[in-house]
Amino acid sequence: MSSVLEPQAAATIVLKGRTVVGGTSAGEALVTTDRISGWGGIDSKTGTIVETRHQLRGVSFAGKVLVFPGAKGSSGWSNAFHLTRTMGVAPAAMLFNEMTTKIALGAVVTRCPSVTDFDRDPLSVIETGDWVEVDGDAGTVTVTKKSAR
Amino acid sequence: MRLNPDEQAMLDGRDGPAVQRAMDLLMRYGQALGAERLVDTNNVCGTVAATTPYMRDFAARKGGMDAVFSEFNLDSDDVVPIPPVKVYSTHLQLGFDPRQGERMAIPEQTIEFYDKGAAYTAGLGVNLTNTCTPYQVGNVPTRGEHCAWMESSAVVYCNSVLGARTNTEGRESTGAAMLTGKIPYWGFHVPENRRGTHLIELDVDVKSTFEWGLLGYHIGEIVQEKVPVVAGIRDVPNLQRLKHFGASASSSGGVEMYHLVGVTPEAPTVEAAFGGNTPLMRLRYGEAERRAAWEKLNHTARDREVDYVMLGCPHYSLEQIWEACQLLKGRKVHENSALWIFTPRAIKAVADQNGYTKIIEDAGAVLMSDSCSAMSRAIPKGTKVAALDSAKHAHYLPAIMGVQAWFGTTADCIDAACTGRWNGRLA
Repeated sequence: MSSVLEPQAAATIVLKGRTVVGGTSAGEALVTTDRISGWGGIDSKTGTIVETRHQLRGVSFAGKVLVFPGAKGSSGWSNAFHLTRTMGVAPAAMLFNEMTTKIALGAVVTRCPSVTDFDRDPLSVIETGDWVEVDGDAGTVTVTKKSAR
Repeated sequence: MRLNPDEQAMLDGRDGPAVQRAMDLLMRYGQALGAERLVDTNNVCGTVAATTPYMRDFAARKGGMDAVFSEFNLDSDDVVPIPPVKVYSTHLQLGFDPRQGERMAIPEQTIEFYDKGAAYTAGLGVNLTNTCTPYQVGNVPTRGEHCAWMESSAVVYCNSVLGARTNTEGRESTGAAMLTGKIPYWGFHVPENRRGTHLIELDVDVKSTFEWGLLGYHIGEIVQEKVPVVAGIRDVPNLQRLKHFGASASSSGGVEMYHLVGVTPEAPTVEAAFGGNTPLMRLRYGEAERRAAWEKLNHTARDREVDYVMLGCPHYSLEQIWEACQLLKGRKVHENSALWIFTPRAIKAVADQNGYTKIIEDAGAVLMSDSCSAMSRAIPKGTKVAALDSAKHAHYLPAIMGVQAWFGTTADCIDAACTGRWNGRLA
């Protein structure tokens, strides 16, 4: 069934967490150890981080599996991410550690599969460029390291 | 999530499709949080406005303001008719001052659409206070009252200074709360979560609004989302100092609640503020920390020619407008600079009555309402360097508008507006 080059053949890491938003998706990981501001921190038209001293300044999360500690800043967080969905530049999935109202509501209205409360810290397991498959319903995240891709 | 019979009936559609969508969103949101139930609220502060070109076009394309409310306040895929709000609701700041549209370079069609949006909002029963500081214009919850507020500086003031209970809600959850009178019982609604986590002891006196801004910026960076307890305060801070302190801490971090020992209602003593928690960290705030906060806030500033001075983030109080008038009297804004001051519309009405607006205008400055430069993305044309007395705005404006920002005292800012040069420094 699977092709010869199926990435599953390479070593994969499976993380288990709690469902925030269900559904499945996959994409390249975009990882930051900085918290993200929504309103004032991202450009909703392009999905780009704009906060001046942020690790990912100038980088877009559109279509990526965004791996980050959590949300910070304005209550416009949910609306800023909501707009990325209606403008077609939402992340493919969100994986994060710290639950807040901003991020819970933001993930719900962005409607991308989202998982938190992991058995291992996703920030230390996943690197930018890794291939990540997210099953939001099961709360499982399958990581194929970029070195094995 | 456990629902009571009334909540279940709303979810089942008893009160119509909009209320059903609102309950559905609150369920999804509550489950995402890990909340077990909802709590009643009769005090919502949120936004339903469509004052950006994107929202205006969205309304035109999808079926008017009900479409905007359905998508951006209820997360509903289909457009449903929106009934009047069920509970007391006030409106946050907007994308522009409708009476200063030209100065703010807002497209004419957007301003025309404003009146429609305002009439729609008022028609729903939402009070058009149009400010990030609802507590400055009559929405003053009581201690222990459950609220559903958004806007980070309003939330932190509501929790900390007033002792009311709210999380940082968003546009969608406040929309749902307006129609249902419900919000997830989670976070700062729960007494245990309101206890302090970090102890900060002051080695320097913190007196002015400027100093409270610096202290907030420093604390926010360290505690992030946690609950700081500040001890060693010798001068009781007034409304605007606490307003700036909270706004600053919620910008550099995500502070939604703080305790000032001997000042705020849930912190008569250090022990009461921690409520049995063991402090995660004990920190001191002295000259080095103060200087580091100032340097971070000024890290984008290089050029001393100031094109634009903005005051009023969060929206200015009447006392701050009066202070600005004293600093401006007999002076003129420099020809190469501009001074815009932002306040709630209700306060502007009093400022008009007091003659403050005239003093400001005679100096060549402008008193605006309903918005601010970050919300509207409006600054005088050609601005490269701005000066601000708000740490919150100094944090956000360079990111949003790509300008350099000086952060200083109100006197430094007004002096920059009148001389066209930044002469402020950390005294």
